[in-house]
Amino acid sequence: MAKAKKPKDVEARLISLADEVIAAAKANRDPAFLIPSRTLSNVNFNTKKGIIEMGKAKQERSFFNTGMAKKFMQTMLVADALSELQRQDLTTSLREIYYRTKHTIQDSHENTFDSQGESDPIVEDLEVGLDALREELHVRAENTGTIVGPLVLVDDGDTIDCTRLGKGGYSVPSIVEPDYIQIKKCTADFVLLVEKGTQWNRLSEDKFWKKHNCILLTGNGQPPRGVRRLARRLNDEHKLPVYVLVDNDPWGYYIFSVVKQGSISLAYESQRMAVPDAKFIGLASGDPEEYGLPRNVGIKLNDKDIARAKEIMNYPWFQKKAWQLEIKHMLASGLKYELDSLANKDFRFLTTHYLPKKLKSKKWLD
Amino acid sequence: MKKSKNGSSALTAAEMGARQREISVSEFFTKNRHLLGFDNPRKALLTCVKEAVDNSLDACEEAGILPEILVKIEVVGEAQPLPSPAQATRFRITITDNGPGIVREQIPRIFAKLLYGSKFHRLRMSRGQQGIGISAAGMYGQLTTGKPVRIISRISDRKPANYFEIQIDTRKNEPIIHKKNEIEWEHARGTQVTIELEGKYQKGRASVDEYLELTSIANPHATFVYSSPEGQTIRYERTFSELPESPREIKPHPYGIELGMLLKMMHDTKSHWLSGFLTGDFSRVSPRTATEICKAAGLDPHAHPRRIARDQAEKIYRAIQSTKIMAPPTDCISPIGEKAILAGLYKEIRCDFYTAATRPPAVYRGNPFVIEAGLAFGTGNGSQAGTAKNTALAEGESHEEDLELARVIRYANRVPLLYQQSSCSAYKAVLETGWKNYGIGQSRGALPQGPLVVFIHMASVWVPFTSESKEAIADYDEIRKEMKLALQECGRRLGTYLRKREHAKSEYNRRNIFALYIEEVAEACGRLKQGKMDTDKLKKQLMKIAVRKTGGEKTDELLGRKKDLEDEMPHSIIITPDGPQGEIPGIQGA
Repeated sequence: MAKAKKPKDVEARLISLADEVIAAAKANRDPAFLIPSRTLSNVNFNTKKGIIEMGKAKQERSFFNTGMAKKFMQTMLVADALSELQRQDLTTSLREIYYRTKHTIQDSHENTFDSQGESDPIVEDLEVGLDALREELHVRAENTGTIVGPLVLVDDGDTIDCTRLGKGGYSVPSIVEPDYIQIKKCTADFVLLVEKGTQWNRLSEDKFWKKHNCILLTGNGQPPRGVRRLARRLNDEHKLPVYVLVDNDPWGYYIFSVVKQGSISLAYESQRMAVPDAKFIGLASGDPEEYGLPRNVGIKLNDKDIARAKEIMNYPWFQKKAWQLEIKHMLASGLKYELDSLANKDFRFLTTHYLPKKLKSKKWLD
Repeated sequence: MKKSKNGSSALTAAEMGARQREISVSEFFTKNRHLLGFDNPRKALLTCVKEAVDNSLDACEEAGILPEILVKIEVVGEAQPLPSPAQATRFRITITDNGPGIVREQIPRIFAKLLYGSKFHRLRMSRGQQGIGISAAGMYGQLTTGKPVRIISRISDRKPANYFEIQIDTRKNEPIIHKKNEIEWEHARGTQVTIELEGKYQKGRASVDEYLELTSIANPHATFVYSSPEGQTIRYERTFSELPESPREIKPHPYGIELGMLLKMMHDTKSHWLSGFLTGDFSRVSPRTATEICKAAGLDPHAHPRRIARDQAEKIYRAIQSTKIMAPPTDCISPIGEKAILAGLYKEIRCDFYTAATRPPAVYRGNPFVIEAGLAFGTGNGSQAGTAKNTALAEGESHEEDLELARVIRYANRVPLLYQQSSCSAYKAVLETGWKNYGIGQSRGALPQGPLVVFIHMASVWVPFTSESKEAIADYDEIRKEMKLALQECGRRLGTYLRKREHAKSEYNRRNIFALYIEEVAEACGRLKQGKMDTDKLKKQLMKIAVRKTGGEKTDELLGRKKDLEDEMPHSIIITPDGPQGEIPGIQGA
């Protein structure tokens, strides 16, 4: 029911862009749209909700302005392509949107788009500008997430038992809204979200989820929307705590914060994707010492790492004392550690020692 | 060593003395031909043509005749059929002019005696300087092919033409006449030189073809007809019908004299008094100045110059350097002039913008000189048309402009300099000019970038070359400074032009962009509305807004004529889509 109604609504919103152009032209004025800006300056940290929210700042995108004319034109082309998806009830990728809207402008040698880097932000502009979710726009990302554990899902009518998917697990689609994926059964005690696919494989191979009755989830680096949204749903609908396991470097910290509070560029999605009570399980700066990792498996922080760490220290959502100490500790040591470095002790050190000890001691950061 | 061991190998003074003998200049040349520009066969061919053409131009101008010069290069050889020009090793060059001709008695010595000429012993601006050129060319031919130089010369249509075949006695530096007679000749007046020589014909940089093209730029008052070895005939038409003003001969300025030269002049002078010698044999030395010099040297103004030469010349030399003497007269120089430079550049180079500047005369080491510069910029497609690729660009491709470097064309007394660019003062001046100030890209220590031709001319009674083959101008601070000033003057005009063009272009582009995108936007609206709208009407409405937003009529004006061209950019030509503006040289008949 909701499924049938929503797309029509989205299509109407896309068509409203054309209406604005027609109305402006008729009134002999410059056509323009308002698009909320997706920058750090337009992001607020809501301490009460514990999530990053988008501010109220908006940018006007008008046609008769040399700097914006092309973007305006591109916005119309992308809106046109998106409405085509709505009419035909198809989903597509960002890459295909790029190819669909690319052509040489008549009587010129200029392309409408020169690279996907130009069309991707326009899709995001339309998401925020029209207040439509990406999946509502029928745009999906690649499936880069994987899940395994005591969980039964229904996808397109197929029932998927995530305990019976071998070592490989189930590939998390980019759209996991209840309309598309239903959680039929979940008996796990918690969710373990692992940054790296390699470590997820280690845990999956060792059947860590069986022994500890948990769901293993990975996004292979920065977790995509589907993974984040699924973690959120498990947290929301089944009250599962979410633990995040990342490398000990500034990028790992940021991945954790994206899962927990949301990201700057997708601040408008935090409401739906952030898991405010997610916990940082490791790798923490104190871990190498605590778990007896030798100094020589560390990697020297480079200039970029140091700059990024200092930047993160200034984000409002990293102001907790424990976090400031954690980052300072890393900067003071001058070293970063990969999850993989735990193999120095033993191939299964992560499965048999590190995680059990962490889970038992509950030594994590909030 | 060998000598100490075996006494018989040591020479006595008498034996050594017997071995000493005079070395003739010609002999010297045969061993050092590279000094005169005969280093390799390709350059030798160019040098021979160049020497003959330079002589013809000098002769015509001195006689007040608008030059018309025919240059013919043919392949010769025993083998039949003849080899192709690219493969051939032997050529015959024939240069014919409409000059005043040469009197019969002088012909052998002019063409077959080195260091014989009218130009060395006077200070007057001319192409040739030492009197080596044409006889050296003839000697090179003689050395490589054994053939004599053939000359036809006629001084008036009332007299017959004289025909000579001459060679040079390389030991005595004297002409040997093989043949001389009076003949019928189709030209009423003029001189024709034919030299057979070993050479190599190759087009491109520093070729005969380039030499003639460049010569024609700096000498738009001359017509050249070139019959290439490939059988083509190229005409470089006269586009400027005024002869350059005849340069005046001047006496040397004291500051430009070296001690040895001073000694020689003191020996040769007809004056009996030192003060008379100074005032009479130099320019800018008044009786008062002469007295001052004598006083500074502590010498009697009435002393005999020859006696001074022996004993105290150095004193005089130093006194000259410390005395303030007025700069030499500068009216002895005949620059090409802005109009003629523009005419030359406009005729031979296809560009969008031309400008030229002639500096006021200046002096280096007592020699007056004038620097002239010119610039030709653009691709010749008019101002707007870009050279965009004719295909839709794929991802990662771009319309990047290639970083073509400017071409520098250098001249000394209207003669193009084709070799040793990097050691030339003119080239250094181009590098040192801050082209970025004028909107032209330039990497550190490199030539400016873009479709640009830089013209530099030095006119002087004595051009300081770095070598006898006259390929590069020596790097005097005074000269380089003048060159830079001339380039800066031209550069500023180019900068103004580029800024104006950029402004007009950006307004034009602005409208173009809107017009371009209106189509896309309206079509997208049409599709969004599923055809429930009038797309054409929307386009028209949007177009109306576009015209209003881009300054309407004003932009059209910017794109069109520039009224104030003369004030801002004197001596310039701009090519617009509507045709050229500025001082376009009319194609004047002779």
